[in-house]
Amino acid sequence: MSTPAGQAAVPAYTPRKRRNAELLLIVLAVVISIGAYCAVGIGVSGEVPSFAYRLGGAIVVVALVTHLLVRRFAPYADPVLLPIVITLNGLGLAMIYRIDLARLDKSGPDANTFASQQLIWTALGIVGFVAVLLVVRDHRRLQSMTYTFGLVALVLLVLPLLPVIGQNINGARIWIRLGPMGLQPGEFAKIALAIFFAGYLVVKRDALALAGRRILGVDLPRGRDLGPILAAWLVSLGVLVFQRDLGSSLLFFGLFVVLLYVATERPGWLVVGGALFLGGAYFAFLTFGHVQVRVNGWLDPFADRDRNFQIIQGLYGMAHGGLLGRGLGQGSPDITPYSYSDFIAASMGEELGLAGLMAILLMYGLIVERGLRIALICRDGFGKLLAAGLAVSIALQVFVVVGGVTRLIPLTGLTTPFLSYGGSSILANWAIVALLLRISDQSRRPAPAVVQLDEEDATQVVKLR
Amino acid sequence: MNKPIRVLAIGCLALFVALLLNANYLQFVEADSLNAQNGNRRVMDEEFSRDRGAILVGGKAIAESVPSGDEFEYQRRYPEGRLWANLTGYYSYIYGRSALERSQNGILSGSDNRLFVNRVVDLIGSRAPQGGSVSLTLDRAAQEAATEGLERLGDDAKGAVVALDPETGAVLAMAGQPTYDPNRLASHDLPATTEAWERLQANENDPMINRATQQILPPGSTFKLVTAAAAMTNLNLNPDSEVQAGSSLSFPGISYRLVNEGGGNCGGDRISLERALAVSCNVTFGSLAGQVGQEALAEQARKFGFGQDYLEGLPANASQFTSSPGTDLEAPQLAQSGIGQYEVSATPLQMAMVTSAIANGGDLMRPYVVSTVRAPDLSVLDSTQPDRIGEAVSSDVAAGLQQMMVETVRDGTAGSAAISGATVGGKTGTAQSTSDRPPYAWFTSFATSGDRQVAVAVVVESTDTARPEISGGRLAGPIARSVMQAVLDR
Repeated sequence: MSTPAGQAAVPAYTPRKRRNAELLLIVLAVVISIGAYCAVGIGVSGEVPSFAYRLGGAIVVVALVTHLLVRRFAPYADPVLLPIVITLNGLGLAMIYRIDLARLDKSGPDANTFASQQLIWTALGIVGFVAVLLVVRDHRRLQSMTYTFGLVALVLLVLPLLPVIGQNINGARIWIRLGPMGLQPGEFAKIALAIFFAGYLVVKRDALALAGRRILGVDLPRGRDLGPILAAWLVSLGVLVFQRDLGSSLLFFGLFVVLLYVATERPGWLVVGGALFLGGAYFAFLTFGHVQVRVNGWLDPFADRDRNFQIIQGLYGMAHGGLLGRGLGQGSPDITPYSYSDFIAASMGEELGLAGLMAILLMYGLIVERGLRIALICRDGFGKLLAAGLAVSIALQVFVVVGGVTRLIPLTGLTTPFLSYGGSSILANWAIVALLLRISDQSRRPAPAVVQLDEEDATQVVKLR
Repeated sequence: MNKPIRVLAIGCLALFVALLLNANYLQFVEADSLNAQNGNRRVMDEEFSRDRGAILVGGKAIAESVPSGDEFEYQRRYPEGRLWANLTGYYSYIYGRSALERSQNGILSGSDNRLFVNRVVDLIGSRAPQGGSVSLTLDRAAQEAATEGLERLGDDAKGAVVALDPETGAVLAMAGQPTYDPNRLASHDLPATTEAWERLQANENDPMINRATQQILPPGSTFKLVTAAAAMTNLNLNPDSEVQAGSSLSFPGISYRLVNEGGGNCGGDRISLERALAVSCNVTFGSLAGQVGQEALAEQARKFGFGQDYLEGLPANASQFTSSPGTDLEAPQLAQSGIGQYEVSATPLQMAMVTSAIANGGDLMRPYVVSTVRAPDLSVLDSTQPDRIGEAVSSDVAAGLQQMMVETVRDGTAGSAAISGATVGGKTGTAQSTSDRPPYAWFTSFATSGDRQVAVAVVVESTDTARPEISGGRLAGPIARSVMQAVLDR
């Protein structure tokens, strides 16, 4: 490493706020969201939903307020992230509302509906977003709480396993129940882990970067440095064994390995991580019936149509959608179980078609790309690692869930960020965006003027506000 | 730390490219095959809610969609379900489709490529897509005559009738018994549909198979027409040629002897070929098979259509001379094959094709059931042109065979088929499968009157009639006669 830990290399960059560009994109996002809602109403019953105006008004107000707060408290923040996230959240809401209508039509007024709850969660998510933006005025302060976040992550992971509050739903023990609310602590653990990993690795990276043996042109780490990665591997396996949550297990471990690689610049860690992943995956395949079911359902879903009903219906839906989709409100996404959460990507593919699904994937791609860009231009190692970690966690999560639904890889249960129904997911992902915006605001603003000091008391000046 | 982040960006790009490519594969390349999967409710729901086109016979619908007022909007209806079930098949929400409902689905549902322009117009006009209609070659009177004839045999009888226009190959009648009512399977009352289906599946008489095209049975003496054709072609015989007859045919070194039905001697040791066919002499045709040889006899059967399924649009099985093409027959087996036993088995459609080729001067025409396919606006999309498969026998041999079949009706086993004022030729058949089951009764014939012509094949599989009374002439002949009469009277 040529640069010290506190100050990382930054490509040449001209600071610009671009807040008006953001406003323009937000207007577009609001138009798409309200348009999708109206399209659902027209598709299902031939008329614009009666509450479209109220809802539309609320969306406009919330979007504008959010934009103004960002303008005030993070003026240099990335201008693309917020509009994309609003678009995805809006499309998700419209789709959940659309599936609600189908359920109401089928089961009468007693049917479970999710759109209004999702709307409340979205409002809370935006409140959380603003809160994070206001409370965390400099992301580097999080670094001082590295181990606190590590502990928080551990507690969050253990919570669902506790009796009384822990809940077993669909075979996975990832839920806790607090009064009327059900939460998935794993979604929040993701953020705490990202902060912990970033804080831990930015300090330990020099030691972990020491190479041991060189095999096939790759420097492999020393044996005694394997401690941390083995610990992360065991925790991930613990998540798989005790919570039976394939997706989160993969996500946590992937996140750690990737950050280890970024921190040490040693591709050897990817080799070690990959080997551990393959070993763990093979162990899981041999040991757990539910993993075998998933793998078999991926290889040949039509061999057991009853057991693979969900994935088959998801595939049928997307195939029926074809290039341009059935149109919002005009397909039958409700046939697929969990079409409003885990399988919302399939619902989008059915009603918005290949074109719509590709647009959604590209939006996720943009989020990830902006996140990694923030990591590139960030001036401090901790921020770099945190931004990269958050971006990669979104990329992995989208790949795992959308890849599972479209039968690219075996199906694992994970939410689709911002689209899926689920309070924890919405809250956590809005918080992630707030953190990314905070880091980007730090990174994109003009570098503080460095005052020339005397040799003796020369030190670095860092603007904290 | 920037280099790994850049590597990471490329890695993430790869992940998203993989997702995008996979989505393209799924929704573009694989979409058609997924949509065609059995039990795909989305496609079924959409199709079920469509105004499906009609299947018509003589301008009258035998399958049509009528507004239903329920969630599917249209109900498939078969006005005379049992009469045409062989042809229409069923159109069921749960069990899919069969027969013409299946093979003509593209036109009927409106998704055929020939209806592409209609679909685009419908899409722009925001109208629900409409299906085209399919007109059949069938003759209502002939079909009714065939069905009534089979019904008159009693509830226990199984049988099938096929009538062809020898000149074109057009199918004029295609009936089977027992049959079923496709309305029950098309019902929107799904539990009732399931019940009806399960009852049909449990019925050991298989009401849902098309006996005219799917059931292959030993054709018995009707196959002597093929043996005669091979003999006349390869041994240069004519109806007056003297051939071996007598009471039995023996084989060197084997104790087995081929005897005649009823144990007679066919009227002498040497009789004319015409006489041999008229009395259906087993000894004659067993010996002719031996003289012609397996290869030439099999080739003659192939020229008449054995070994291949020529009918499009309906489930059908190919008839066979031997159960596998490479079989080398021993002399007694070849003799038995010559009289339509051993491994020879044929569908009623196949035997009707044999007779129609003879009636058509030796030219075998491809059988077909769909005459015209129309778009929803009634413009003709396609109409079937008669297609000559090839020359089964020369016109001289055909004329000889016609003469012999006419003689068989005039003074032989096929007398029950005679129609006054028409030239009628026929051949009976009684075939044995196993000794504990009643034999099959066969009858195949043609009739010509003026410029009208028809060829028929009838098979009656089993009845509770006593064994000796089962013979093609008595059971199947009258059915063939009434079907021919119906076509000639048209």
